[in-house]
Amino acid sequence: MQISGAQMVIEALIAEGVDTVFGYPGGAIMNVYDEIYKQNSFKHILTRHEQAAVHAAEGYSKASGKVGVAMITSGPGFTNAVTGLADAYMDSIPLVVISGQVPMSLIGTDAFQEIDAVGISRSCTKHNYLVTDATDLARVLKEAFYIASSGRPGPVHVDIPKDVTAQIAEFDYSVELNLETYKPHTKGNPRQIKKAMEAISKAKRPLFYLGGGIINSNAAYDVRELVHATGIPAVETFMARGTLCHDDELLISMLGMHGSYAANMAMSETDLVIGLGARFDDRVTGKLSEFAKNAGVIHVDIDPASISKLVKADFPIVGDVKNVVKEMLESVSLINPSKYESWRDTIKNFDSLHPLTYHEDTDRLKPQWVIQRVGELLGDSANISTDVGQHQMWTAQFYPFSRPRQFISSGGLGTMGFGFPAAMGVKVASPDKVSINFTGDGSILMNCQELMTAVEKKIPVINIILNNNYLGMVRQWQTLFYNKRHSETDLSVQPDFVKLAEAFGGIGYRVHTKEEFDAALKDAVEKNIVTFIEVVIERLENVMPMVPSGGSLFNMMLLERKEKK
Amino acid sequence: MQDESARRVISVIVVNEASVLSRITDLFSGRGYNITSLTVAPIPESKYSRLTIVTSGSIRVIEQITKQLHKLIPVLKVYEHADLVEKEMALIKFPISENITDIATLCAAYNGKIVNVGDNVFIAMVADEPKRVENLLKIISRYNPKEIVRSGAVALER
Repeated sequence: MQISGAQMVIEALIAEGVDTVFGYPGGAIMNVYDEIYKQNSFKHILTRHEQAAVHAAEGYSKASGKVGVAMITSGPGFTNAVTGLADAYMDSIPLVVISGQVPMSLIGTDAFQEIDAVGISRSCTKHNYLVTDATDLARVLKEAFYIASSGRPGPVHVDIPKDVTAQIAEFDYSVELNLETYKPHTKGNPRQIKKAMEAISKAKRPLFYLGGGIINSNAAYDVRELVHATGIPAVETFMARGTLCHDDELLISMLGMHGSYAANMAMSETDLVIGLGARFDDRVTGKLSEFAKNAGVIHVDIDPASISKLVKADFPIVGDVKNVVKEMLESVSLINPSKYESWRDTIKNFDSLHPLTYHEDTDRLKPQWVIQRVGELLGDSANISTDVGQHQMWTAQFYPFSRPRQFISSGGLGTMGFGFPAAMGVKVASPDKVSINFTGDGSILMNCQELMTAVEKKIPVINIILNNNYLGMVRQWQTLFYNKRHSETDLSVQPDFVKLAEAFGGIGYRVHTKEEFDAALKDAVEKNIVTFIEVVIERLENVMPMVPSGGSLFNMMLLERKEKK
Repeated sequence: MQDESARRVISVIVVNEASVLSRITDLFSGRGYNITSLTVAPIPESKYSRLTIVTSGSIRVIEQITKQLHKLIPVLKVYEHADLVEKEMALIKFPISENITDIATLCAAYNGKIVNVGDNVFIAMVADEPKRVENLLKIISRYNPKEIVRSGAVALER
């Protein structure tokens, strides 16, 4: 079939089963947009900023498990998208991002809207391509989708010069992929798995350490089975929230810098860490030399480079966590769940000593209450996105997650401005669930232009702005570690968030009380239009408990106890 | 105990394609690893090239470098050499006034010879193990070399 490069892009997207593309047109990508105009196999969602297009594709991918697709133009279109690429790279989100480039004849001449896009994206993508001939397009796009979604997933960037999208050439998408140099290990070594299971059966205080890889490999329900069959307690990383249901007896909580006391103490006391798809991130481990100091380490990961990168693994298992967990289940009879009863009791004691909680001791609403309240009212019927900061940690701590892919947040890169566009992508992928974005008064302004996209495309994201008039997380560090010098974090000067939402055609609420909040949320869910619910919260609330940066997990700053009146 | 920052030689087989060298060097700079020398040339009658990278680091760092290199899509194989034959070439330019016989004899001891003689300068070549090349360069410093070019090491597993 002889078609143009631009048509090839469309044909490839259709062949990959893409139903939604997020993007923003411009000069160098116009040929492709002309073909988008002519087709109706997939929908295109015009965001109002390229960064938002990529974040929306990420949200779409995280909620659906499919590859997210974003399309942008050259130069500034591309550079705006870089934050999204980096975010997806850090959190292993499969994306294919297609950018226009100036024509081949102009590359290297500092042409209008020219930038060395693949040079920039090299360090923040799993792989990238500059396509110099349309005859390569079928192979490149097919490889891009395969590389993005296989092994440890990640974003793949494809840069296409304008003359290549105009070039007529033969197109055959049935080309066989022949990637001699890329063969991800998906099946774990059976002998290693057996050894690991034997080690677990001998351990006295083993602990599951569940990571985001479980969500990526759709292994959450297998992991639930393994946890229940073994009776071994589990901690979740931020990225793994929802792997176990919030009311699971064996789920301790999240661990790490803002993890619960019980989770961090369990990690400090365990004699065998069973790491599944987790990467021992610095926000999880605290001081490395003190992390799980007396424990052996089983580490299951699809990325060999993640194993023994920070914490030496005694039982390294390279493989897809789903395959490995299934194989572990086969020899699960080795393990006697009743053996760990006193260990489970120890952990329960940790939890009753310093439970994850907060004090309702001020006139203003507490952010934790708001999050718990949304959990009570919407629970499983909502998907929860967040921006980055205090509200993000409170959400991870207090929302009752009940399933994988329910929680969508920027973990590795910590990108403010991620939440709203991501929540749009989540809503598009999962229209039957309410899409909530917990955000802060700092973060929301970093992509608030997406109100326009949400209004135009009728994507009813409910943004709950926990407004403390501070860049809260930085303010918290300044309070605790910089002797209360609140340098440039006071956000007292603010827009009228209600009017801002209304100016775009959305709905805005400002609430001060529990009753007002309940009424606003109920109304927002019913009206089914993009919403800002601004919740005026206690200004100086801190995220607690906290492991100070570089400190040991067992050395936490804890919530002050209050005498009951 | 091995030295924390011992010298290591890594060979990388990569697909010959645009920007593959940048992928490798970006990985080193992005993750804070050192490159002491790097040589690259196509492998005859194949679509691959071979890079020889001399670097330094602890066993742990080298293990990470090897794994990270492996993660790059166009990388076929990564060898961290233990038992290898290693050679490096150097070209040295001397003023014509220097003692050409002495220099020729010295170079011969290091697998080398005089390769070019001009009106004002002559050029000697040596090809030997990198350590020996270093040694020679020390010795010939008394003959006032005007310019020295080293190729970087190439290596093959025994």
